Amino acid sequence: MKLTRQQRELGKKFWIYLTALVVSVICVFPFYNAVLTSLRTGQELFLTNYLPTTFHWENYVSALGENGVGRSLLNSFLVASITVGICLLVSITAAFALARVRFRGRKYILFTILCVSMFPQVAVLSGMFELVRFMGLYDSIGSLILSYTTFSLPFTVWVLTTFMRSLPVELEEAAIVDGANLWVIITKVFAPIMGPSLVTTGLLAFIGAWNEFMFALTFIISNENRTVPVAIGMLQGASQYELPWGHIMAASVVVTIPIIALVLIFQKRIVSGLTAGAVKG
Amino acid sequence: MAQLTLEKLNKRYGDAAQVIKAIDLQVNSGEFVVIVGPSGCGKSTLLRMIAGLEDISGGNMYIDGTRVNDDTPSERGIGMVFQSYALYPHMSVYENMAFGLQLAKLPKDEIARRVEASARILQLEPLLQRRPKDLSGGQRQRVAIGRAIAREPKLFLFDEPLSNLDAALRVQMRMEIAALHRRLKSTIIYVTHDQVEAMTLAQRIVVLNRGNVEQVGTPLELYDHPANEFVAQFIGSPKMNLMPATLVHAGQTESVVRLWSGKELVIPIATPTSAEGTKVKLGIRPEHIEWGSVAEAPNLADVLFVEHMGNETYHYLDSGKLGEPWVVRDSRRSDIAAGDTVGYSLPPEHCHLFDESGQAFARRAVANGASRLPGMDAPPITFAEPARTNVMH
Repeated sequence: MKLTRQQRELGKKFWIYLTALVVSVICVFPFYNAVLTSLRTGQELFLTNYLPTTFHWENYVSALGENGVGRSLLNSFLVASITVGICLLVSITAAFALARVRFRGRKYILFTILCVSMFPQVAVLSGMFELVRFMGLYDSIGSLILSYTTFSLPFTVWVLTTFMRSLPVELEEAAIVDGANLWVIITKVFAPIMGPSLVTTGLLAFIGAWNEFMFALTFIISNENRTVPVAIGMLQGASQYELPWGHIMAASVVVTIPIIALVLIFQKRIVSGLTAGAVKG
Repeated sequence: MAQLTLEKLNKRYGDAAQVIKAIDLQVNSGEFVVIVGPSGCGKSTLLRMIAGLEDISGGNMYIDGTRVNDDTPSERGIGMVFQSYALYPHMSVYENMAFGLQLAKLPKDEIARRVEASARILQLEPLLQRRPKDLSGGQRQRVAIGRAIAREPKLFLFDEPLSNLDAALRVQMRMEIAALHRRLKSTIIYVTHDQVEAMTLAQRIVVLNRGNVEQVGTPLELYDHPANEFVAQFIGSPKMNLMPATLVHAGQTESVVRLWSGKELVIPIATPTSAEGTKVKLGIRPEHIEWGSVAEAPNLADVLFVEHMGNETYHYLDSGKLGEPWVVRDSRRSDIAAGDTVGYSLPPEHCHLFDESGQAFARRAVANGASRLPGMDAPPITFAEPARTNVMH
């Protein structure tokens, strides 16, 4: 029997929704499981039960308070925020130079920046360690700010340079005629126009700094200077044979929330930042 | 209101060719000067040098007698309108116009007064809180002009401001700019590639070609007395017809030329005896060629095609092996069709003569035949015109 148009349309929709469902389940399940586990204690932790049974909030309280995760959260915030601040400041000025100032070797600098951003972290770990020691930053959050900035800058500089190139030169000249100096042009004219791409790159730098594990593990040894990913990894139970799953999961959920909040707040701007320059607006 | 003087101004990029070659120009206070030329002639570069956006490689530039070569654009006190308007997209119309004044650290009430005054002139008052993206092309153009006015500059610079607008809007904005100049009486330098804009707006036109000033003069001076072939063909549409000829007899008041066809013509233009026997070109504008009967007219030609514009008709005559067809413009409708043979004559009083290098032999003053209303003693519009300054190299 031949299907009507509506029936075929319905069939198409069925497949679309089914695929979407499968993908979202796969994406969301780990986080769902973390939330679920964080609300359980004792023997419940090891039961395979996919629906919430009990609500024990004490995991959160002890994870944040007793194990120093709260302190680590503060460290993470400091490191990530300062990294983003330095990154944006350096990269918008660098982008201006690379996009607008003509000088010899500009092309090679851009190419080098692209190459540097492809290096894996492990490759520069020992070199970075020497640098941190040399600068006397070992075991301080300064070491992390330095290394995260180093790793975020190539990407942000590249993105902002590309975006700044797409801005009309006449805009800059109009500002010059209006009496603006270089700093005013960058902060009052270019930065507001580039808002969406600044938010996008800033957010990506923030997430990168927030989640980073290896440098944080290597450069920091004292508990009070740890960032959150390492602090969670170091959570210990009552004995060395006990893994405190409840606490670990509670801390993981807490750590994820700021990122989700940031993404939701800036959602609209991220999308416009990622598509900016694609179509003349 | 300021006077601008350019003295041997030139521009070169590195060791490459000179883009602007030793330009001398004097723009009087309150004058509307249009710089016109084909694309790549250096007119935008010249304007940007005047604005201070391009360095001056050599020569001097004075505003009101003060040398400003090394001053920034804002120190020179110029207001500029860009081709793409270059409005700040993140600011409202008000903020766009106030930006330069805020940077100049003017008091708030003075800024408000100036912005509102220029908004009133351009009827932008209802739009002051809008963003540029919510405005139409013509409105954006007005905001760009308003931004320049609010700065109360000594010198207004316009860089092809109408080329992004559609034809109808262009005519309207052209009139608005002309009205604005009458109202503000400011010194304006306006760059365009469109000779119609130049003719309609300018008090004086500067014709630029390959970095050289070909001629400076009022629109009608350029039309009636082009200094050379380039100006003759650039000003006027359709362009002037040029016909090869030989100067048979030079004279103080009249000269005799032999046309390519062998016909001789006595033209009321003085030529030096030294030019006798040389090849010259005879120029005549399309509207000056006169029809005659095939039996009596001195010249005959085949009509290649005819364009009917409604208000006028263009006829293209076969020039044989001489290249481009001659154009004849008739302000009436005509029943001449392609393929017809027509007779025509070249009225000597409307002819131009150019020597081998393309320079014009000076014509006598043209009776301009301006229509006057009865009882009117003076022409309706009088400009205090400066002496015509021709700069040639």
